[in-house]
Amino acid sequence: MKPSDVVLRTENLKAHYVLDVPGGQKVVRAVDGVELQIRRNEIYGIAGESGCGKSTLMKTLYAWVNRPLRLVEGSVFYSKDGQEFDVYALNKQELRRLRWTFMAYVPQGAMSIFNPVIKIKETYRDFLSSHLRGKTVEEMFEMAKEHIEQLGLPVSILEAYPHQLSGGMRQRVAIALAALLRPSVIFADEPTTALDVVVQRGVVQLLKDIQERLHNTIILVTHDMGIHANVTDRLCIMYAGRIIEEAATVEIFKNPLHPYTQFLINSLPQFGDTGERVSAPGQPPSLANLPSGCAFHPRCPQAMPICRERRPEDTKLGEHRVACWLHAERGEAEYAANS
Amino acid sequence: MFWRDYLIPRLLQYFLVIFLGITIVFFIPRLAPTNPVERTIAEVRSRGQYLDPAHIKDMVDALTEMYGLSGSWWEQYKDFWVRLSRGDFGVSFFQFPTPVIELIKRALPWTVGLLFTTTVLSWLFGNIVGGMAGYAHSRGWSKLLDFLAMFVRPIPYYVVALGLLILFGYVYRLFPIGGGATIGVRPSWTLAYIKDVLRHAFLPALSMVLLGGASWFQTSKLIVQNVKAEDFVQYAQLGGIRESRIMFRYIIRNAMLPQVTNLALSLGQILSGALITEIVFSYPGLGHLLYSAITTGDYNLIMGIISLSIVAITTLVLIVDLLYPLFDPRIRYK
Amino acid sequence: MALGSTLRDLFRDYRFVVAFIVLLFLVALAVISAFSPYDPTIWYYAPRDLKPSSQHILGTDSRGQDIFWQAAFAIRNSLIISIVAGLFSRLIAVAVGLVAGYQGGRTDRVLMFITDGFLVIPLFLILVMLAMLIRDKMNVFTTGLLLAVFGWAWDARVLRSQVLSLREREFTKTAILSGTPTLELVFKEYMPYITPLAFSTLINNMSWAIGMEMTLSIIGLTNMDIPTLGTNLKWALNYQAILMRRWNWILTPVVLSVLLFIALYWLSVSISEYLDPRTRVQRVGGE
Ligand SMILES: Nc1ncnc2c1ncn2[C@@H]1O[C@H](COP(=O)(O)OP(=O)(O)O)[C@@H](O)[C@H]1O
Ligand SMILES: [Mg+2]
Repeated sequence: MKPSDVVLRTENLKAHYVLDVPGGQKVVRAVDGVELQIRRNEIYGIAGESGCGKSTLMKTLYAWVNRPLRLVEGSVFYSKDGQEFDVYALNKQELRRLRWTFMAYVPQGAMSIFNPVIKIKETYRDFLSSHLRGKTVEEMFEMAKEHIEQLGLPVSILEAYPHQLSGGMRQRVAIALAALLRPSVIFADEPTTALDVVVQRGVVQLLKDIQERLHNTIILVTHDMGIHANVTDRLCIMYAGRIIEEAATVEIFKNPLHPYTQFLINSLPQFGDTGERVSAPGQPPSLANLPSGCAFHPRCPQAMPICRERRPEDTKLGEHRVACWLHAERGEAEYAANS
Repeated sequence: MFWRDYLIPRLLQYFLVIFLGITIVFFIPRLAPTNPVERTIAEVRSRGQYLDPAHIKDMVDALTEMYGLSGSWWEQYKDFWVRLSRGDFGVSFFQFPTPVIELIKRALPWTVGLLFTTTVLSWLFGNIVGGMAGYAHSRGWSKLLDFLAMFVRPIPYYVVALGLLILFGYVYRLFPIGGGATIGVRPSWTLAYIKDVLRHAFLPALSMVLLGGASWFQTSKLIVQNVKAEDFVQYAQLGGIRESRIMFRYIIRNAMLPQVTNLALSLGQILSGALITEIVFSYPGLGHLLYSAITTGDYNLIMGIISLSIVAITTLVLIVDLLYPLFDPRIRYK
Repeated sequence: MALGSTLRDLFRDYRFVVAFIVLLFLVALAVISAFSPYDPTIWYYAPRDLKPSSQHILGTDSRGQDIFWQAAFAIRNSLIISIVAGLFSRLIAVAVGLVAGYQGGRTDRVLMFITDGFLVIPLFLILVMLAMLIRDKMNVFTTGLLLAVFGWAWDARVLRSQVLSLREREFTKTAILSGTPTLELVFKEYMPYITPLAFSTLINNMSWAIGMEMTLSIIGLTNMDIPTLGTNLKWALNYQAILMRRWNWILTPVVLSVLLFIALYWLSVSISEYLDPRTRVQRVGGE
């Protein structure tokens, strides 16, 4: 991967929820040492069971860290106009200006993200007026209209109040709003969850359209592997606050290495498949009290003694990386052979 | 549908509540073990007045007529409504023969003036300060105000009123200790008279604004704190929308909604607070009038004040409720 | 929720601690009224208008009564009134809330219509009328009952919405499917949720009842022979204690009632914050 291709990069990113509980503190390690490199002009997927820290990772990347969440360690670098900068080194104003013009966010649960007492066009206007200078109200409404038309959404929604729109429409408006100022990076957190399949397809298509139009980066979180298969270029699997496997999406589906990834893929309904779907046995671990060694070992059918004791480091197999003791040696051997 | 789901039920409730309220006011004295006529006579006797038996008979007849107690209950009840719709509550007993409506008309401006000003002032004051405190809820001044409100809020009207009266009326003689204006001064639109009225209204108003303000402050602070955590505010912040815009269009605009409903719900309580405050400060409004009516056993006056207040309060609540959809599109466009 | 750990959490809140200590003090005062050397209904058992002394700690009033012992009786009676009012109105509120929330449908609509009526009507005025007619026959118990009739509506609504949310829970559906009798379901499964809520509204309601009794007394609508915080204050006002600057007389019921109101309020805030951090401030009491 050429460094100039990278738009977003993290180093050993750790973000924990620090909660005051009677008689001390509880630490939820929602993001616990994440290494990522995300490129320009790709749709990058993040998959994993609910509660594994996907949303927290997205917020941390977006530098949206509010109590009780805390950035504990590591950094997030963006590159903009050939310059790389640490997003956590920016002050509040610089960060505010970066938002929506350079990076935008579609939060999880878009049902309630619009101000219920103003029309959608007013929300558009608030975004436009906060990031652009010297536009009249009419000009801003006109821009909103053009934008909505370009994306193939009905213009009438601009005059509607949020409660008058369906869930799917609200979700699409949220995505459209994120694309409004042609940002280089769009974060989309579970945009399809809680929608029915037909509506899901529309939402996915909208995301793809936007990416094709803007040639930007979209980071898409969903626990639905089917969507990842259809949409994303590269995919990482998250488990207990860490990334346990990452590769091109095609590669992951063809050749899943981590036992957890295999479970995720096998649990997909397959055409003509009548057999029992196998999902990972047991419950995801509590992030406040992680198992020793590899966090997946209590649920892993192939667990070995070492899995209980030491956490596996990333093994790189070309563009495919995995953190699992089953593949550690293979990686080392390949490394040895290559050098 | 807005009409069917909101307006019609609300109007229906309005008329039913008035109907029930007035009916209760009508029946309570009639269900009581002693009727008002006997009570009035006992009252007169207890003042040491001698009444000869023939006179008593006349008096019973006169009082029965005066209180609208002649005829069957049904006739009395119909008559009660007819008179109510004409604003005719008979004549007062303790200021015989002034009609009740006349006394109420004289007292009303004082109460309305006091109640209206203090309610508006404390609502605005409490909501603005509470909103700011909720927005900056981790700041020192916000916590301090919250702490002070914890002391003021639970205290009833008359205790605050008494406290202010003792402190600023007796210990430091800064303000008059009672009345609506200096006795003997003719009402006029002169600066001196207005100043006199304001000076007299100051302590009663202060006690109501303090209490009302503290309570609005607390609710508003809590609501703003919760609205601030709502998804749509988080989204606006995450989207880099300007802070002033978030504050006014996202937070305050939404936090106002429950406070409008709360205003409607609290009107009844505010009225009883105002009545008590008037009594403590001998303020010449309805509360004080009601007090005199109770101490002299003036039934017509009591029924008049109470019936009118029920109609007035329920109507005010209705008006606030009907204004609510203006602020909330979720009710306007179902 | 074990009681021990609940209490331990509550005692971490300074407001709870302060309120608890103040209430303990006031209850102690109420209890020792049983050992009063004087009958509170008798006048002139002591010289009138004495300043505080070792004989009469707070002095005596113009009726020749000991201010301290009158206050002890007042606290006792006011507390009894508020407990009677609080408990009976809780009965009504819980019954209405449970039935409306559980039955739903028409029952719910009718009950909520009545409840809303109680919220919209200026109840205080109707209370005034009632009190006026039965004031001579009123004792501590009937005063409490009278207030109970007026102080349930708001809390019935609160409890109803709690029941509504319980109904949506899984265990209700399982219980209904497995044929559990309604009463058993309600008492076994709902009561653990309803009880703490009813308790926190109880405190608010007690405070409202005490205030209402004082209000009625000031207007002169209670039985003046029964010493309560309200009648104590009323006697002092009647004898122009403010004008005569008899601060020991007028301030005793004022200070005691302020202590009582603040203690009850802090207790309830601290408990309801413990139960649900989002509904931190509640409306006080009935009307
Ligand atoms: N505001 C919060 N306070 C405390 N813990 C939180 C908070 N938000 C999320 N968590 C915890 O952090 C973990 C990761 O949550 P999240 O990032 O939302 O997961 P996902 O998006 O993958 O479902 C979960 O265990 C969750 O309970
Ligand atoms: Mg999530």
